[in-house]
Amino acid sequence: MKNLQTIVLSNQEVSPGYFRMRILAPGYKGTAKPGQFVMFRVRRSLPPLLRRPFGIFQIGSLPADCEGMPEKEFIELIYKVVGSGTEVMRELHNGDRIELLGPLGRGFEIDDEQGDKILVGGGIGLVPLYMLADSLADRSKTRLLIGGRSREDIITVTEFERLGVTSHVTTEDGSLGEAGLITRILERKLDKYPQAKVYSCGPMPMLRAVEAICSERNVPLQVSLEALMACGVGACLGCVVKGDGHSDENPQYLCTCRQGPVFHSHELDWERMKKNAEQEESS
Amino acid sequence: MNPAKATVGRPRLAVELAGLKLKNPLMPASGTFGYGEEFAPYLDLNQLGAIVTKGLSLNPKAGNPTPRIAETVSGMLNAIGLQNVGVDAFIRDKMPFLEQFDSPVIVNFFGNTQKEYAEVAARLNDVPGVAALEMNISCPNVKQGGIVFGTDPRAAFDVITTVRKRLNKPLIVKLTPNVTDIRITAKAAEDAGADAISLINTLTGMSVDVRTRKPRIANVIGGLSGPGIRPVAVRMTHQVVQTVKIPVVGIGGIMRAEDALEFLIVGATAVQVGTANFVDPNAMQTILADLEAFCVEQGVADINDLIGTLQL
Repeated sequence: MKNLQTIVLSNQEVSPGYFRMRILAPGYKGTAKPGQFVMFRVRRSLPPLLRRPFGIFQIGSLPADCEGMPEKEFIELIYKVVGSGTEVMRELHNGDRIELLGPLGRGFEIDDEQGDKILVGGGIGLVPLYMLADSLADRSKTRLLIGGRSREDIITVTEFERLGVTSHVTTEDGSLGEAGLITRILERKLDKYPQAKVYSCGPMPMLRAVEAICSERNVPLQVSLEALMACGVGACLGCVVKGDGHSDENPQYLCTCRQGPVFHSHELDWERMKKNAEQEESS
Repeated sequence: MNPAKATVGRPRLAVELAGLKLKNPLMPASGTFGYGEEFAPYLDLNQLGAIVTKGLSLNPKAGNPTPRIAETVSGMLNAIGLQNVGVDAFIRDKMPFLEQFDSPVIVNFFGNTQKEYAEVAARLNDVPGVAALEMNISCPNVKQGGIVFGTDPRAAFDVITTVRKRLNKPLIVKLTPNVTDIRITAKAAEDAGADAISLINTLTGMSVDVRTRKPRIANVIGGLSGPGIRPVAVRMTHQVVQTVKIPVVGIGGIMRAEDALEFLIVGATAVQVGTANFVDPNAMQTILADLEAFCVEQGVADINDLIGTLQL
């Protein structure tokens, strides 16, 4: 965990509105765990004021520039341009100076390397799942289910396949893979592999649906949550979610940045998340 | 301040605030530094002038629903709702960590009634590792229809007087800027026995998502902080310094050493760094190094020689 002053190596649009940024990041290889994140800051004194949290897509290294120099370790982020922060990020080029705070938070926990695994990603939510898949010794029993609105929202699937992961794609408009929601495939896969463990990241409505399916079948589920956060280190308390033991008398707020972003689904209060969402939708 | 004048050795940065000896005038603003432990991996807490904790109440507080924060132009809005572990859990679970450091620990606290304020102060009064208290008077008084203590000089005077009676440690009163004339509350705090004043707390604000037509934070109204509010904070610090005799701690949008210097030059004895800690957990260490460099560059041998040197 440290604040790294570093540079962008590359920043490419991989699908309309989706960018893949490679950043020089010595010290991440071998220490950052799948599911951890970084707080990204565009150079000092430039807006936006606050850093932005991003899951790490992958960690790698390039050969050294010349003999005797260390190899160039990098991390890759994949982000969707959605607001003022990512609007600035999309303009960055090779050599631009940035700051990275990380690796932060709690990543995925893998307790059985060999068992069946189902990774469920919604759109950009597949980002932290790549390192998870890559960390498994045997990927032949790992299935990636990825859903999006349209074919543009389905990214990097071939890279998962190169790891030996079987992939299943759904789009809401039917422009790629099966038409419909990814949760239907999840049910089908769980019928076939009832012992599988599920790991998921994506928009909250999808996570709630995944949780409902898994809890009904008693399938262990880990989810990676997204939240607005100012600091990423547990101080601002802006990114809290209600824990399973939460009540008005005995509040239990968990920081997404520190206790998460990956949670075992039983640690969270899904009833309340559902209620909050319903209130939001109706108000 | 003669740039040509050379200083021999390192400038002296120590200041004295309400009887506390601070290694330098920098401390975190309450609520932006957790209970200290969150930042220990990033900076050396021994380098800080003081450590200021998150605000504590008599009982643990759950805080507000989310979203709790929203970014603004040059700042952020927050409505965390003073989430905290409560004073007893703080003394039991958080204080032992803070006692390892030689920087004085200033504990921020609040209440919703005079009685609550007094009770929290009394409990902290018995804790040897607590060097001073900072009293947040920006809370609604539930006994008086929810009017914020700090916006009513009479209520502020009464609650500070009550706390003063229960406390043997130095008392810093943190003022709300959401008043017509901050000099009036500052004077009330001084008259009630405050040993120092810190200002400003956040400015109340609001922001709307025009697509959903909803407020961008669940509590609707939040507190604005960050570099955008600094001129307001400097102005109020200036006014208060001119009004009271007790020392003043300047707070509001300090991101860099130059920002801290503005407050010192208008007469603040010390400063608190808030939102900058969120942006960069090393922020205070950078500011401290730059403050020292500024003194060297300007030939200032002792930072006290800068305090209150505004040229009018």
